[in-house]
Amino acid sequence: MSDNVTESRMKASVKDSGIAALITAALAFMLVGMHTKISIGGLEIDYRWALVGIAIAVVFFGRLLLNMYVWRAEGPRTSMFRMSLLGLAILGAAVVFYLSDGFLQTFSGVSPTEAASGNNWLWIAVVVLVAAAAAIVTPVLFAMVGKSRGGGGGSAAAMLEPFGKWGAVLLGALAFAIPLILIAWLGSRGSRQYLDLAILVLTYVMLGWGLNIVVGLAGLLDLGYVAFYAVGAYSFALLSQYFGLGFWICLPLAGILAACWGMVLGYPVLRLRGDYLAIVTLAFGEIIRVVLLNWYDFTGGPNGISGIPRPTLFGIEFSRGDDGFAAMFGLSYSSIHRIIFLYYVILILALITNFVTMRLRRLPVGRAWEALREDEIACRSLGINTTNTKLSAFATGAMFGGLAGSFFATRQGFISPESFTFMESAVILAIVVLGGLGSQIGVVIAAVVMIGGFEFFRDLQEYRMLVFGLLMVIIMVWKPRGLISTRKPTIGLVRRKGISADMVQEGQG
Amino acid sequence: MSNWKDNPALTVEHLTMRFGGLVAVDDLSFNVGRSDITALIGPNGAGKTTVFNCVTGFYKPTEGRIAVHHADGSEYLLERMPDFQISRDAKVARTFQNIRLFGGMTVLENLMVAQHNPLMTASGLSIAGLLGFPSFRRAEKGAVAKARYWLEKVDLIPRADDPAADLPYGDQRRLEIARAMCTNPEVLCLDEPAAGLNPRESAELNELLMYIREDHDTSVVLIEHDMSVVMEISDHVIVLDYGEKIADGTPEEVRNDPKVIAAYLGVADEEVDEIEEEVGL
Repeated sequence: MSDNVTESRMKASVKDSGIAALITAALAFMLVGMHTKISIGGLEIDYRWALVGIAIAVVFFGRLLLNMYVWRAEGPRTSMFRMSLLGLAILGAAVVFYLSDGFLQTFSGVSPTEAASGNNWLWIAVVVLVAAAAAIVTPVLFAMVGKSRGGGGGSAAAMLEPFGKWGAVLLGALAFAIPLILIAWLGSRGSRQYLDLAILVLTYVMLGWGLNIVVGLAGLLDLGYVAFYAVGAYSFALLSQYFGLGFWICLPLAGILAACWGMVLGYPVLRLRGDYLAIVTLAFGEIIRVVLLNWYDFTGGPNGISGIPRPTLFGIEFSRGDDGFAAMFGLSYSSIHRIIFLYYVILILALITNFVTMRLRRLPVGRAWEALREDEIACRSLGINTTNTKLSAFATGAMFGGLAGSFFATRQGFISPESFTFMESAVILAIVVLGGLGSQIGVVIAAVVMIGGFEFFRDLQEYRMLVFGLLMVIIMVWKPRGLISTRKPTIGLVRRKGISADMVQEGQG
Repeated sequence: MSNWKDNPALTVEHLTMRFGGLVAVDDLSFNVGRSDITALIGPNGAGKTTVFNCVTGFYKPTEGRIAVHHADGSEYLLERMPDFQISRDAKVARTFQNIRLFGGMTVLENLMVAQHNPLMTASGLSIAGLLGFPSFRRAEKGAVAKARYWLEKVDLIPRADDPAADLPYGDQRRLEIARAMCTNPEVLCLDEPAAGLNPRESAELNELLMYIREDHDTSVVLIEHDMSVVMEISDHVIVLDYGEKIADGTPEEVRNDPKVIAAYLGVADEEVDEIEEEVGL
């Protein structure tokens, strides 16, 4: 290698690192550089310029070293590549930020804060690991993608395709085994928290799958999906409150009621497309919530409804008494039994959702949904009643939302309109979009990452939003059509091969 | 000879379509003969596609009556029928000037979507299909067989499992015709089927249209600018200019009509009076 090449690489690397350092400086100026704290007589700003300096230095030298010795490229390979490195730079800044409270306070001259708790090291380790994983994985992926095509997307999706087959089977088996593994590993006391988290994740998987019918298959952007979740939850809660009905009777009723509401809300918005549809569905979601909040005599308003009955196993309650589950099966009573039961209930509900969706996709109605997403006018020219087709998509999606909602009510035992804010719709939609519109396994991965990750990083406090947002940005830059964007045809003459996302339409609403 | 007068499959009477002050189609009447190939020609902006949109229900005509007469004697009035019923019940299928395929779906899926209504009935509004009843499986097999038949006719069997957006332009045009034929139409409306095709592809298209006419008793109406297609295969030519019909007859009659020549080629300034006198303006 000649000196010339080395020199030009040196130059490019320094320039590149300089840009990264500048970006870090811009970001760190506000995020790290200023810190408000409560003092006598109001808030006070602490300036931590030393910390900013350290962040910039870490990013600059880290990037320079990587440029020189790891990537060894003449320049950054693609702009997307650069973007992922930008993410890395921010992560680097986050690491420094984190280290700050722990042991770098001497450099920054800030008075020690109380945040430096015992498990700080754990989080430092996690952030470093994530950064390292991002540093290693993204260039490898980009190299692979870059080999077969210029941009990002297509072939990476093709790489994930075999994962779809085996992954589904593996994930299913794993999902059934999780409670057993957790209890064997952590004992019934320690596993409770994680089982609760798993139940939450599965609820969102189910919601994601339900919304996937509307958004992913039919291409109708629904920002008010949480309304159906609320209808399901309140249907069960109110039916049990006023008529004393149990969970298993209310479950189908809640599904049917939510489906009816899906049609009621779907009908007026049929003529709307795109942004307008999104806005109106958003408004409908809010209407449901506001009605629940204000109809005090019927729904209890902001007080919500409490004392919602727990599900039973063929009439056997999970209670401490003599006719409870534990006594009937000769076990010593433990509250974990009910949690395990709830886990399997939601797992089976979610799997039913998946099964029905997969099946519907291969039926004429499912093909009509996808055709509607591709081209509505062509659909009409082929004699497809687009009104009914859209309504059926709304109703089916809403039904699964309602089922999930009534599960939510029975799990919590208490519901109030506060659980059904727009934020919930946004999270469910984010799961569908990040996972890949129309992809079932993508929704699972996205739900695990988003809900699981979100809860898992709870100790990071408000910074988890930073990491979370970063993750979303990276995924959307790296794979704009979601994690798994390949579309699997519903029928094949010879064999079914995946269709790259660039050909599939996203739908106009 | 004049099949379109004695045995029409489609009759358009006094069709007028106004967009605000613009009269796109003005008091147009014509017939389409059963199992004929009828060409609708005219300069750009003459209102041909508007006529198609009125016939297939995408526009609701301001005035006029459009009727389809099936071979079994039943009759449907299209002017107030919702567009999807025109395809489903009145059996009028169409293709589009700017191709409208389901690009992200495979070629075969495109043809399956076209058979939505019979399949939907067979699937018992999805319930029988969801439970996997054998009757639905049989119906689906039948639909695949029909799709395969049309794929063979348009030479797309090797591409059956590829996404429609991946096909070259000429193949997409043929696929759109195959998709329209999968709805079992009585009248097939083709909007510029030969646009963008090379001469060999044009010749293949002619053969396909002749075949559709011969073997499926489908009446074909096409808008076309490619005169080699128009003159070679049409039985009946209707010429529009500024929303009005200026000629109607066999290709030979139309070819020699001075009004048509004037509309298409224009005339020199000094000849305007002479020509106008000749054509009776």
